[in-house]
Amino acid sequence: MTNQITANIHETKEMTINMGPQHPSTHGVLRLEVVLNGEVVTRVHPHIGYLHRCFEKYAEAMDDYSKVIPYTDRIDYVSAMNQEHGYVIAVEKLLQLEVPERVEYVRVILAELQRIASHLLGIGTFGLDLGAFTPFLYCFIEREKILTIFEKISGARLLYNYICVGGLMRDVPDSFKPETADFVKTFRPKIKELNDLLSYNQIFIDRTANIGVLPAEVALNYAASGPMLRGSGVSWDLRKNDPYSIYDRFEFDIPVGTGEVGTVGDCWDRYMVRVREMEQSLVIIEQALEQMPDEGNVMEAVPKRIRMKEGEIYVRTETPRGELGYYIISDKSSSPFRVKVRAPSFVNLSILPAISRGALLSDLVAIVGSIDIVLGEVDR
Amino acid sequence: MPTAMKQPEEIAAYLNDHIDEGVLGFVPAEVGQPWISVAPDTVKKIAKFLRDDQELRFNTLMCLSGVHYPAEQELGVTYHLHSTTLGHTVALKARVPIDNPRVQSVESIWKTADWHEREAWDMLGIVFDGHPNMARILCPDDWIGHPLRKDYVQQETYMGVTTRF
Repeated sequence: MTNQITANIHETKEMTINMGPQHPSTHGVLRLEVVLNGEVVTRVHPHIGYLHRCFEKYAEAMDDYSKVIPYTDRIDYVSAMNQEHGYVIAVEKLLQLEVPERVEYVRVILAELQRIASHLLGIGTFGLDLGAFTPFLYCFIEREKILTIFEKISGARLLYNYICVGGLMRDVPDSFKPETADFVKTFRPKIKELNDLLSYNQIFIDRTANIGVLPAEVALNYAASGPMLRGSGVSWDLRKNDPYSIYDRFEFDIPVGTGEVGTVGDCWDRYMVRVREMEQSLVIIEQALEQMPDEGNVMEAVPKRIRMKEGEIYVRTETPRGELGYYIISDKSSSPFRVKVRAPSFVNLSILPAISRGALLSDLVAIVGSIDIVLGEVDR
Repeated sequence: MPTAMKQPEEIAAYLNDHIDEGVLGFVPAEVGQPWISVAPDTVKKIAKFLRDDQELRFNTLMCLSGVHYPAEQELGVTYHLHSTTLGHTVALKARVPIDNPRVQSVESIWKTADWHEREAWDMLGIVFDGHPNMARILCPDDWIGHPLRKDYVQQETYMGVTTRF
């Protein structure tokens, strides 16, 4: 017998399997219909909608623009502050409402804290998908500190209903500033710890480098956004490229994928953009804390009743997952005529079939993890 | 190379100069953003021009939304485009009668339109001609009706389970 292996021994019949809807690595209820040849993925069809609640119909049914805010929390439940922020900015722009300085600063600080919390969850669960359990716990310890700050100001840990049209539900307590400053100080060394533990771990690099490569032009054609786009080397961040709120007042960098351990746009690049973004969020928070006025009535600009003119607007903000767009049409009545949410996870997930062709089944887990989807946002 | 950022009205004028038919007009806005009205059966041609023209270079489709206008008995599609190279933004709108809601698909121009168009079909019942897979995306395949239409009535049961609670 020779040990020559002929090609047809390895030829197998195509097989279709379901990954999910109940599967630990799909981050919720997502069903991937995977067509396999041996262990190689030939096609993936994502089936979504298991968490569909028709947010847009709820929004139309509300008799006040403010009443939509609690629902926006539930679109992306791990970055609720960012969701509220985006919606409120859209409504304020339609109302042509000026917001007090102090409110803007508090909102930015909360948005950046939420970005860190969300990235910690994304990074932790990504590691978990690939078998690294400990970093997940480290991430959650830090995330917990942010949630405690949020709990003190809003009374809730995940779904805040805190940012309202024209202001904030209530002023932040006196302890907010020192506690946030303290968090920034203690969190910085933890990023280094995380890098030692996970980012530059050889096993982790082997699982993520050169996997699921997304070229920049494909990413743009699919309108990818957030770390998904920046991981492909495109320096695109709405906080810099289309500044909203007061982001034009801060100095910060936009981390992009460089192919440090593999190819530009691979899973590791997307992951690392998130890690580096957390550092930049800390930089923004520090500046905001310094510039924030101590006095000011956060309820000053809150309208008693929202009276809309006829018009429509598309406003986009940078959430941890990318470009969150709200398209609001007002027809003068007190309830919105149409609210469409352009959810970043929805768009980013639509790229999955394009980048997972030819990958191994176990790499598909890494690719899905690196997109950092939240199914609440995909399905709305 | 004249490559500068354009305002929506300039883009509308530019489209009028370069495209023979399909550009129906520019609608300015008192509040919010203005838009350009286009004919539904020319959407693809206009989209291709918007993407490939050197003065416009709309390389991303930010959002595609379906809308139901019950007063006019019409459905509409709104396209929000952005050029990452030139930095300008524009909104296009196409309106179709509700009894024949057919719009050309732009999936071949911007891949991101694939899922957005499926969503608009699922939620509002707009048919996109030329889409490779016009299937429901958020609701189950055998769901009845299109939830985001203003006159939508939810079905009583689905697979023997009551849908109201």
